[in-house]
Amino acid sequence: MKQLIEQFQQSLAALDRVKADALFQEALATMAPIQAVEQLVVPSLEHIGAAWHRGDLALSQVYMSGRFCEALVDGALPPSDPDRKHQPRSAIVVLSDYHDLGKRIVYSIMRASGFELFDYGRMDVDQLVERAIADQLRVLMISVLILPSALKVKQVCSRLKERGVDVKVVVGGAPFLFDAQLWQDVGADAMGSSASEAVAIVERLMGAMQ
Amino acid sequence: MNAITMTSMQRTLTALGHQEADRVPLFLLTTLHGAKELNLSIEDYFSRFENVVEGQIRLRQKYRSDCLYPFFYASIETEAWGADTLFLPDGPPLCGAPIIRKAEDIDRLESPSVPDCAGLAKVLKTIGALKAQVGDTVPIIGVAISPFSLPVMQMGFHSYIELLYEQPQRFERLMALNEAFTVSWANAQLAAGATAICYFDPVSSPTNIPRDLYLRTGQQVAKRTIAQIKGPTATHMASGRCLSILPDVAQSGTAVVGVSALEDLGQVKRAAQARVSLLGNLNGIEMRRWTPGQAEHEVKRAIAKAGRGGGFILGDNHGEIPWQVPDQVLLAIADAVDRWGRYPLNWIDEWVRTHGP
Repeated sequence: MKQLIEQFQQSLAALDRVKADALFQEALATMAPIQAVEQLVVPSLEHIGAAWHRGDLALSQVYMSGRFCEALVDGALPPSDPDRKHQPRSAIVVLSDYHDLGKRIVYSIMRASGFELFDYGRMDVDQLVERAIADQLRVLMISVLILPSALKVKQVCSRLKERGVDVKVVVGGAPFLFDAQLWQDVGADAMGSSASEAVAIVERLMGAMQ
Repeated sequence: MNAITMTSMQRTLTALGHQEADRVPLFLLTTLHGAKELNLSIEDYFSRFENVVEGQIRLRQKYRSDCLYPFFYASIETEAWGADTLFLPDGPPLCGAPIIRKAEDIDRLESPSVPDCAGLAKVLKTIGALKAQVGDTVPIIGVAISPFSLPVMQMGFHSYIELLYEQPQRFERLMALNEAFTVSWANAQLAAGATAICYFDPVSSPTNIPRDLYLRTGQQVAKRTIAQIKGPTATHMASGRCLSILPDVAQSGTAVVGVSALEDLGQVKRAAQARVSLLGNLNGIEMRRWTPGQAEHEVKRAIAKAGRGGGFILGDNHGEIPWQVPDQVLLAIADAVDRWGRYPLNWIDEWVRTHGP
């Protein structure tokens, strides 16, 4: 399995879609789709995310890997499949600004890891708070690129708290990478320093909620 | 040499010649703060070139920066291509909806004429008015988004990544259009009085694309474009990393490279080997919550790592100081450069003994 994971990671980093597909099919020949996702796709994407955080891989490779894996996993584990992880009720959003690459990457990687979640697109604070309450979210992932948007997370967190909503807020994006203290300053519950960290964070939060 | 007080231009040119000037030059790249100085909203501030002229003059007097920075906002360039700009009350104006909604739109796209764009004309008037005031005593830094990075605003980042990997012919057509525009825009700024052009090229950073792709794409675009710009350029990755491609960036013909706060300035300085000068790398995001003491410490850290031997300009890591950074921090940075930036920087040996190289 270790060799398969290494080969799969390499094919993703090289954007070799054909080889990645062949390796995924090889995994499917010996295990259930959800096992192939958890044992092959998730660790590979974690590795790719960590390599980006260290500066060893580029964002374009992370984005394309996420897209490839999302398509592979959709083929083996369609959204309606009962093995898909619909809990905790989660959503992802770009808050306030208009830069959505980070959100797209996290969304793809979450789905490639077997999760189903709402994609809210871009929203302002008021709209986001109302929607999060209406959807009874347990985890809200917020992606931003610019500092003013990152600072607006504070309003989202305090408004949700005022309304007595039990939702965990996970943030990610450039301002949080450049200031390691910022996610706590804005009242978030966690910060993902790469897209694949979002998966580990949601799994951790899910464990704590059970 | 260092006992003489130089003009900002002399100081900068000496540093760029990899010599030690009277002190380390400071490029405090404030843009939005001009609106605060004039007590205007950001949108109103950028609506008239006279505001930006007055704002830049006041900011330089206040913070003692060694350059003037008549940069309005990045999407002023995409306005020329037909895009809208969205103004925020507390941050940089943003580009509205992409002008390239699907890749096929590139087939019908035409490069706009610089003189026909009202926004660009405002910038040129600003540069001209600043030049009339300072002559050759202060560098005036114009800005051009690289043809290779402009598509992030023209079509959205994810669509552009897909284009890069999947549609090489359309990519090449878009680069040809963008190169014509960028060269024309950069040269218009130089003709209006800009001393140099900051060539913002974040997509080329290894943060965003791998080196092999950069060598086939962004570097080729940079070589062709910079060769046609009739003045010096500084390549800025706008917070993106540069270390692993520094020699490649130097080959593009640029004179200066902006350094990310994510990288060790000393390591980048050693890698530069006097082939390019460095600009950086104060952390603009953290800066909003620094105390004056922290600001002083960060200035000393940067100067200790990269100041000796010239080839270094102190600045932030992104190419623009965020709106949220307060006066007291910017003033503390200016004070610290004045105190600790004076060559021959003998204090560094003691600093290195305490803090490491």
